[in-house]
Amino acid sequence: MELLGHYNYWVFAVALMIGFYAVIARGNLIKKLLGLSIFQSAVFLMYITMDKVEGGTAPIIQPGVPDQIYSNPLPQVLILTAIVVGVSTTALGLAVVVRIKETYGSIEEHEIYEADQPS
Amino acid sequence: MIIVFAVFLLTLLVITAVAVVRTENLFVAVMLMAIFSLLMAANFFILDAADVALTEAAVGAGVTTVIFLGALALTAEKERSRLTGRGLALGVVAVTVLVLIYATFDKPRLGDPEAPVHQHVAPWYLEQTPELIGIPNVVTAVLASYRGYDTLGEVFVVFAACIGVLFLLGAPPPKRTTPRPAATSGLRHHLVPQVVGRLLVPFIVLFGLYVQFHGEYGPGGGFQAGAIIATGLILHALLEGEKASIRAIPRGALFGMVVGGALLYGFVGVLGMLLGGNFLDYSVLHSDPVKGQQYGIIAIEAGVGIAVCGALMSIFHAFAARD
Repeated sequence: MELLGHYNYWVFAVALMIGFYAVIARGNLIKKLLGLSIFQSAVFLMYITMDKVEGGTAPIIQPGVPDQIYSNPLPQVLILTAIVVGVSTTALGLAVVVRIKETYGSIEEHEIYEADQPS
Repeated sequence: MIIVFAVFLLTLLVITAVAVVRTENLFVAVMLMAIFSLLMAANFFILDAADVALTEAAVGAGVTTVIFLGALALTAEKERSRLTGRGLALGVVAVTVLVLIYATFDKPRLGDPEAPVHQHVAPWYLEQTPELIGIPNVVTAVLASYRGYDTLGEVFVVFAACIGVLFLLGAPPPKRTTPRPAATSGLRHHLVPQVVGRLLVPFIVLFGLYVQFHGEYGPGGGFQAGAIIATGLILHALLEGEKASIRAIPRGALFGMVVGGALLYGFVGVLGMLLGGNFLDYSVLHSDPVKGQQYGIIAIEAGVGIAVCGALMSIFHAFAARD
């Protein structure tokens, strides 16, 4: 139990860096955006991990249960809105990728770079 | 017992993330990403975040996947990889993981009631919400009332991103040398998805409305409801084709929803000022401040739901209509 108390944070660190690896090492623009989504989800996981209180339940007040422990509502509010904002910004990134494809005929980083070199 | 399950889910999460990055077929990667989101939603649920789990399941596994697929249809399905500097990237990533894991040992362990994050405003929210606002779901109360400014900002970010997508994809596309095969008829020729999907659409929309109007009492609210209703309408568009969907809800109506929802939120804020309170102070909306808070929350949640649903549908149509 004690040993696994930080497991969520380790998964956060690993998932964060898996996403970051896709952003820096992969040349495909859609793959980069997928990596960014994983990166973003990892941050969500870190925040939601912080909200948990031992023996607690979702922060919806139950009348008549005076000693009920509730988890922290604040990180949940922050992440709830961040998820919806996340999909909108991902869509904006994808729209830029679609326009790049139409202009350069490719979504591979090295091909776009070569097309930009003055010959 | 639950901790074993959580560890299992989190391990699956890491495996899925590795698979997303490793596969060269982007279609497979997007599908794995949907699984990643569902696993993430399950994890959120285990961590007592029911509202967040609902949002992640509807947005991450539903809407995001469809938008990625729409983008894939316009670009390429295969990655033509040329890996350079892979060793350096792996080195950087490995070192950062180790540093981050080292840093986690300073964090309080999972579920520690003494953690600093539980000492500041959170206990106040939990204690005062029944008296000040009188609704059971504290997440909704914080989202819509205590931190109403934040949420207003988020709604306008969604609004701005939607406008950006419409500008980028609304411009006439360059002339195509090979015409794309017409694929606007949806899944009309596939009987099983057609019948099953048609049965599902009304129930998804109904559930979305339930989540919207029950958001004060159970998990739910405008963000979740907007996303769920959008997934139902997107399913309808996938089944019946793009044209039928636009006939049902014209583009102009969707734009009206985005603008109207955001304006409704702002209007409630200004109404509070006109009645003598502060911006986004709902207590003055009714002679009883608790009732006023509830009216304000219902109104701005409606605004959020309408704006989010309209924005997600507009973005979907922007990708689907381009060819």
